[in-house]
Amino acid sequence: MKYVDEFRDKDIAKKLSKEIAKEADPSRQYKLMEFCGGHTHAIFRFGVQDLMPDNVHFVHGPGCPVCVLPIPRIDNAIELAEQGAIVCTYGDMMRVPASKKNSLIKTKAAGADIRMVYSTMDALKIARDNPDSEVVFFAIGFETTTPPTAVAIKVAAAEGLQNFTVFCNHVLTPAAIQHILQSPEVRELGQVHIDGFYGPSHVSSIIGSAPYDYFAEEFQKPVVIAGFEPLDVMQSTLMLIRQINEERFEVENEYTRVVTPEGNEKAQDIVSEVFEIRRSFEWRGLGEVPYSALKIKEEFAEFDAERRFSLTEGTGTDVKGCECPAILRGVKKPTDCKLFGTVCTPDNPIGSCMVSSEGSCAAYWSYGRFRLDMAKDNAKAAAE
Amino acid sequence: MSQMEKRFPARINMRRGKVDMTHGSGGRAMAQLIEELFVKHFDNDLLAQGNDQAMFDAPKGRMVISVDGHVVSPLFFPGGNIGSLSVHGTINDVAMSGAVPLYLSAGFILEEGYPLADLEKIVMSMAKAAKDAGVPVVTGDTKVVERGKGDGVFITTTGIGVVPDGLDISGANARAGDAILISGHIGDHGVAIMSSRENLAFETQIESDSAALHGLVADMVAAVPEIHTLRDPTRGGLAATLNEIAYQSKVGIKLFEENIPLRGEVDAACEFLGLDPLYVANEGKLVAFCPAEKAKALLKVMRAHPFAGDAAIIGEVLDDDLGFVTMETGFGGIRIVDWLAGEQLPRIC
Repeated sequence: MKYVDEFRDKDIAKKLSKEIAKEADPSRQYKLMEFCGGHTHAIFRFGVQDLMPDNVHFVHGPGCPVCVLPIPRIDNAIELAEQGAIVCTYGDMMRVPASKKNSLIKTKAAGADIRMVYSTMDALKIARDNPDSEVVFFAIGFETTTPPTAVAIKVAAAEGLQNFTVFCNHVLTPAAIQHILQSPEVRELGQVHIDGFYGPSHVSSIIGSAPYDYFAEEFQKPVVIAGFEPLDVMQSTLMLIRQINEERFEVENEYTRVVTPEGNEKAQDIVSEVFEIRRSFEWRGLGEVPYSALKIKEEFAEFDAERRFSLTEGTGTDVKGCECPAILRGVKKPTDCKLFGTVCTPDNPIGSCMVSSEGSCAAYWSYGRFRLDMAKDNAKAAAE
Repeated sequence: MSQMEKRFPARINMRRGKVDMTHGSGGRAMAQLIEELFVKHFDNDLLAQGNDQAMFDAPKGRMVISVDGHVVSPLFFPGGNIGSLSVHGTINDVAMSGAVPLYLSAGFILEEGYPLADLEKIVMSMAKAAKDAGVPVVTGDTKVVERGKGDGVFITTTGIGVVPDGLDISGANARAGDAILISGHIGDHGVAIMSSRENLAFETQIESDSAALHGLVADMVAAVPEIHTLRDPTRGGLAATLNEIAYQSKVGIKLFEENIPLRGEVDAACEFLGLDPLYVANEGKLVAFCPAEKAKALLKVMRAHPFAGDAAIIGEVLDDDLGFVTMETGFGGIRIVDWLAGEQLPRIC
């Protein structure tokens, strides 16, 4: 596969692995946070950890769109479906646990009309095909998925679609990274030590590399914007380690084949035409994060599900014992959670991090549990 | 036959007609549909007798029976349709014991309003698949459900076969040290189905690999009767099949990603749909486990067969009672190949 295989080459990986080992100072540890679930997924799917020296550690961040959506928002989507709207959403969202052991997939089984779509255009088509039903697009995701939602709203406006609305849950990456760096666990308590960041790849293709300049400087942490292929991750690791060794705190761009300093200005324009920044938004794991999400502008109010329907102010909270919040902040590892692999597995997810393949718990479980003595003990106990 | 013609004064209009409730009522309309569609195309003596069962001499030896319900959507896809699929699927389930498939039964659940012309296409393709395979459909059943209560056509087929002496093939028989072989490229069927889904249409040359594998199996067991395990990696793909076998046999499995045959087009389609080809369905592939020293001989026989020209040795069985399936990735790392969680793609067969 052209443009992909080149970035999965075993021989180059071996060379990079040697270079990283040479560059990494054996007298210290390197803790590098990948913000994006896409990186988490690549690291596990390709076994990148096996090519790293023992003192280079990946700390998994909160950048998995379905993982960070707080339970009350999922409850709201369920509420909309139960009120008779056709709710359209991306596939991963279907199985994310909501309050009272509910989920969209269970609500669908109970009779609600919930449809998995691959793009916002599918949702628009469903709205056109069902003029007598309210069709709500349950919009989630970071800056990457936001422009298509903006386009859908503009198309709906142009067509005068009366029955199409968007339940907007789009969130912003820089605000979340800054929030993590400002959290007491990182700043004061020293519970989480992060030496550097892998910057998002797809998100950065939209917003560019410039938005990271501020916190590289303010928090004295190097950032390397990295592509989602395994060689990208390895090359970026080498770049981060070099910066750390040389005590540089710069934003470097490994993903130059896609990301520019300015980003995709056309996409930015259409997003700012349709959306504005919320004062605050709740993130699962991070709590209320100021200026970290988008809402639909007044001008497009008729396409805003939050304005058209009265939604209950949610109170749903995470299941007791679920460590998703701490895992999303990088404070704990999936294996620190008592529920991991015992009652919480991808087949029966209790927390959101176990649902999507971009969630760290699901990645640990699905790709990496053979490494874990704990998992072996669990499997033995289950077999007995 | 002259008596029959009297029963049905006019022939069914296959070109423009539609399935209606009378076609499953047990009355004359049903009898006519059976006569002019199923008996006509399936065309064999046992079915033509018109009994509610097919009677035949029991062959000597161990018999196997297998059933498979087919609900694929869409009903027609590149490389086949629900008719051919329902024949291949069940023949393969029978054959994976090493058996020679003998007869099939077919149960149709039809939705009111379904075009008879399309139904005839399905039945004709089913009849051709059965004829090509040499495994006739000897008994059947037809039911009709109201509009909206089905999805056009559902077909359930049952197959029976007989296992040649000297074979002992089972999912529980894989042993540490065995070599694991696959008969060809993975993921073709799943990608062909996806490419023809209404909300997902993308252009690809990929066709379903749907095929009856009993001929291949016959060649394999004749050459290497020591084969321990055979299975066709259908729903859940290669990953699900290997996890089932690892669990049944209480062994570990190690795969080598570089050796797994995968078409560039399938790889690319999976890449942009966010799917892992290891989990994508096949309908004309099998995996075989045999003692390592027999692997080369088995590979040679497989590659000589038209359905397995791209066969490859893809892994080995390890002594691990936890049943982990791991894979050395093409990138040089190691990962688990887990059971499929949730539903990767509904209604693939």
